[in-house]
Amino acid sequence: MDCKIRITGLNMDYTGSEEGESSLRVLSDVNLEVFENEFVSLLGPSGCGKSTLLRLIAGLEHDYEGEILLGGINPRHKRVPVCYMLQKDCLMPWRSMLSNVLLPIEIKKGDLKKAREEIKPLVQEFGLSGFENYRPRQLSGGMRQRAALLRTYLMDGEIMLLDEPFGSLDEITRMQMQDWLISVWEKHRKTVLFVTHDIDEAIYLSDRVVVLSDRPGTVNGVVQIDFERPRKRDMILTPQFSEYKKDILSLLASFPAW
Amino acid sequence: MKKSESTGKKSKERKLKLKIMPVAVALAFIVLWQLAVDIFDIEAFILPGPVNILRSLYKERELLLSHALVTLGEAFAGFGIAVVAGICFGLLMGFCEPVRIALYPIFVVSQTIPLIVLAPLFAVWFGFGFLPKVIIIVLVCFFPIAVTFAQDLLKVDEDMDFMLRVMGAGRWKSFVLARIPKALPGLFSGLKIAATYSIMGAVISEWVGAKKGLGIFMTRAMTSFRTAALFADVVLIVVLSLGLYKLIELIEKKIINHADI
Ligand SMILES: Nc1ncnc2c1ncn2[C@@H]1O[C@H](COP(=O)(O)OP(=O)(O)OP(=O)(O)O)[C@@H](O)[C@H]1O
Ligand SMILES: [Mg+2]
Repeated sequence: MDCKIRITGLNMDYTGSEEGESSLRVLSDVNLEVFENEFVSLLGPSGCGKSTLLRLIAGLEHDYEGEILLGGINPRHKRVPVCYMLQKDCLMPWRSMLSNVLLPIEIKKGDLKKAREEIKPLVQEFGLSGFENYRPRQLSGGMRQRAALLRTYLMDGEIMLLDEPFGSLDEITRMQMQDWLISVWEKHRKTVLFVTHDIDEAIYLSDRVVVLSDRPGTVNGVVQIDFERPRKRDMILTPQFSEYKKDILSLLASFPAW
Repeated sequence: MKKSESTGKKSKERKLKLKIMPVAVALAFIVLWQLAVDIFDIEAFILPGPVNILRSLYKERELLLSHALVTLGEAFAGFGIAVVAGICFGLLMGFCEPVRIALYPIFVVSQTIPLIVLAPLFAVWFGFGFLPKVIIIVLVCFFPIAVTFAQDLLKVDEDMDFMLRVMGAGRWKSFVLARIPKALPGLFSGLKIAATYSIMGAVISEWVGAKKGLGIFMTRAMTSFRTAALFADVVLIVVLSLGLYKLIELIEKKIINHADI
């Protein structure tokens, strides 16, 4: 299997904006590999640098030590297209849902007319048909999230970086969205790096769960999830699930020695 | 459903109330004014009553109209130039940091120069014709347009920027796709301020000297103690300013839906 994301010895500091202000170490010696068509979750306490790590992988910031390779290419030297969904949905309020979703194609100067036809089944699959001309504020939270996900899906990259896509949703909607995401993913298969701080969500969705420590974030451990696919909700109630959960909790609690 | 209907009705009633209340207060004021003038028998050249002013407005309508057309012509020309220049400089300052650093302070300081001081100077340089008036109006209107637009263009939504960059948009593309639409309400609030300034600018520059215009009509009415005519002139100026303001508001409503920003 191809290694799609390889991170070795990554250190990252945020230098204070004012002179003399001490810098803040956000990530420390992060090592991580994600393979082709793998669904990996990144789990860690708030502020441990998960979003920062995703920004680095997406090539939005270059001020770090260590090496990031995306399919063998260093994004420092060459832009690697990725599908990236930020923690905020970043839908443009003045655009309709559909033109928000088609933004990646518009930017690439692709054929919008053709794309509009082509994505019809996808709009259906993402549960958005009939709402093409709605403004984001007229959509429910779950729909906004799905629209942002569809837009992310249309950015052509082999790697999908999802930053807490369901973090802002209520419990019920979040469970529906998880079920839906897992069914879509099992059908389309892409390499996914999924940030969350919901342990159940991480276990339910992933092939592997990478547990990060408190800031400065470093990999505390990795839990392999061997549930078969397609995943089913009732797996949550099995003893095996509790076992995984226990492993993850103990990894979350074990801070690295100074 | 029922609930939302009733609240919808309520909000409509509220809106109506919001519109009626100020009108009612203004009407009450006008009535009081008329009563005061009648009861205390105030001389018309000191304070004419509203009825008197209306009569004067009607009597002088043709003369006032011909003067108003000149003032409007100056205002439109000046405002038009200021809109084009203001938008261009706003964009430039919003997009290029060095331009903004160089120009912004100059624009701000230039605003401390009172217009009334410049008017005689331009009269000396350019005479009493159309041109000096237009220059003054451009100067007054340019600033609010350029600055409000630039200010809103400079507000960065970092996450939106990140997202657009990941999609492969360059700086200019992000500017066009995200910043400009977001800054349009700011631009329009600048345009509305400038629209009301434009008539005022024309009138003030006419005070210094002009062949025609509402400003010169005003000075003539004043020196001949035709106070009612002076008030009629003021009423017309207010109506024109308000009209221009409403026109911009109408265009704004056509172009942007504020619920969407
Ligand atoms: N632009 C920045 N400048 C300075 N410090 C930053 C910046 N962005 C993030 N940080 C700091 O880096 C740390 C990690 O932030 P990050 O957003 O990556 O956390 P996170 O793991 O995504 O948290 P959460 O789960 O709450 O989203 C935080 O302490 C934050 O204050
Ligand atoms: Mg985050």
